[in-house]
Amino acid sequence: MNNRSLEFTKRNIRRSPFQAIAACMVMFLAFFVLLTFTILTFGSQLVLRYYESKPQAIAFFKDGTTDADIKAIQSALSEEDRVTATKYVSKEDALGIYRQRNKNDPTLLELVTANILPASLEVSTQSPEDLKPIAEILKREPVIEEVIVPEDVVESLTAATKVIRWVGLTVVSFLVVFASLVVLMVIGFKIRLRRDEIETMKLLGASNHFIRAPFILEGLFYGLAGALGAWVSIYVILWYFTPILQGYLGEVSLLPVNPLFMLALLGTALFIAIIVGGLGSISAVRRYLQL
Amino acid sequence: MISFENITKKFGSSIVALDDVSLEIAPGEFVFLVGPSGAGKSTLLRLLTREYLPTSGKILVGKVDITKLKSDDIPAHRRKIGFIFQDFKLLEERTVFENVALALQVRGKSDPEILKEVEHTLKLVEIWDRRNLFPRQLSGGEAQRVAIARAIIGKPDIVLADEPTGDLDPTTAWGVIQLLNEVNSWGTTVLMATHNQEIVNTLKRRVVILKKGKITKDSREGTYE
Repeated sequence: MNNRSLEFTKRNIRRSPFQAIAACMVMFLAFFVLLTFTILTFGSQLVLRYYESKPQAIAFFKDGTTDADIKAIQSALSEEDRVTATKYVSKEDALGIYRQRNKNDPTLLELVTANILPASLEVSTQSPEDLKPIAEILKREPVIEEVIVPEDVVESLTAATKVIRWVGLTVVSFLVVFASLVVLMVIGFKIRLRRDEIETMKLLGASNHFIRAPFILEGLFYGLAGALGAWVSIYVILWYFTPILQGYLGEVSLLPVNPLFMLALLGTALFIAIIVGGLGSISAVRRYLQL
Repeated sequence: MISFENITKKFGSSIVALDDVSLEIAPGEFVFLVGPSGAGKSTLLRLLTREYLPTSGKILVGKVDITKLKSDDIPAHRRKIGFIFQDFKLLEERTVFENVALALQVRGKSDPEILKEVEHTLKLVEIWDRRNLFPRQLSGGEAQRVAIARAIIGKPDIVLADEPTGDLDPTTAWGVIQLLNEVNSWGTTVLMATHNQEIVNTLKRRVVILKKGKITKDSREGTYE
């Protein structure tokens, strides 16, 4: 591929801008969906790992529970080898946490008082396997209303991650095949449109490579432009929604997204774009350009 | 030296375009191929550019049998040949300059070389002032001059012209022939298929007459019959 091939590629794209825009948009759509599902998969994996790495059960107290009741439970738990730490979160502490998380939404702050929120006890264990027996012990206490074990969250997240992965894989596979076919169709159409020009070039002594290269480069351009556009859009969207999403994610440090991760994502997207664009254009050249 | 040895070209099983044709053309010769439509003139030219392969026989250009060329070697062979068509075959979306430059671009020449050579050649065929126009903006004579410029710019050993004056008025046609005559005077072999009796009779060059795929007459300083 030399400068002449690039010059001919630019000319080909300029001559039929609407086809070029259509091909780029299809590529953009395919890569936007691909990157979205990739980020969702990685994100849910990280959330999953966060919960798995913090074995913690939360016991919510009934209203009217006395300090003595709480201390008794804490004292009983401290005798358990499996328990590493306990932390009492009073109604006021809970309100503080709630206010901190919703500091940008005054309406939510107005509606909630300390009385609505339950006091709770966070119990950390040596390993995730210890959570269930400890939860059972806590559930037997009459002052405890409910015990939340992250195992439930982990199960739900694992199921959600699987769904995201499979739906993503299916949709992305379909779109990648569709995008390749669109490139094949656009390049094939252009080859047919330029049959006379190709004939003349052949008679002038143009090598097969000289004739083929601009069409293959055109396919690569569509792939790369679509992938780059999708990556930039995703990055901008993530950057814009980071403050809002951070509120939902709480302590899970997922955002702001790591720039290195985004760069790796860009590299992967460009690599796939080369394969998709190249595959489409090479297929078109092999199918329609008989030299 | 161009040598056609017992060339037969069939299209399908029933159409015989050339039937056991043998012909030798020395370097620097100017040869008219004449004969009625369907006599095999264009087929002979297209065999020489390797657009067609003969059904049987050998075609030597220099010492190379071009019927045995591998597909990767055909472009290099074609660069030794300039081709002029009756319908010019200029690319409509390229300017005069770009059409002529294309012949050098496919040869891998650099932009400064292309600029210099295209300017020289367009001035030679007296069309330099039309360099930024598109083919549709040219007269038939001007378009054919551009086609000649494109054919000769790579300094080919052979120029093939297939009815180059077919669509031109007599005055313009003579202008084209004078150009081909000049190209021939540099030592370039010119092989021209034509129906133009006046040109053939006036120029008094070698004339090969083809009828129904066979050479019926081959005469030095011949005339159109």
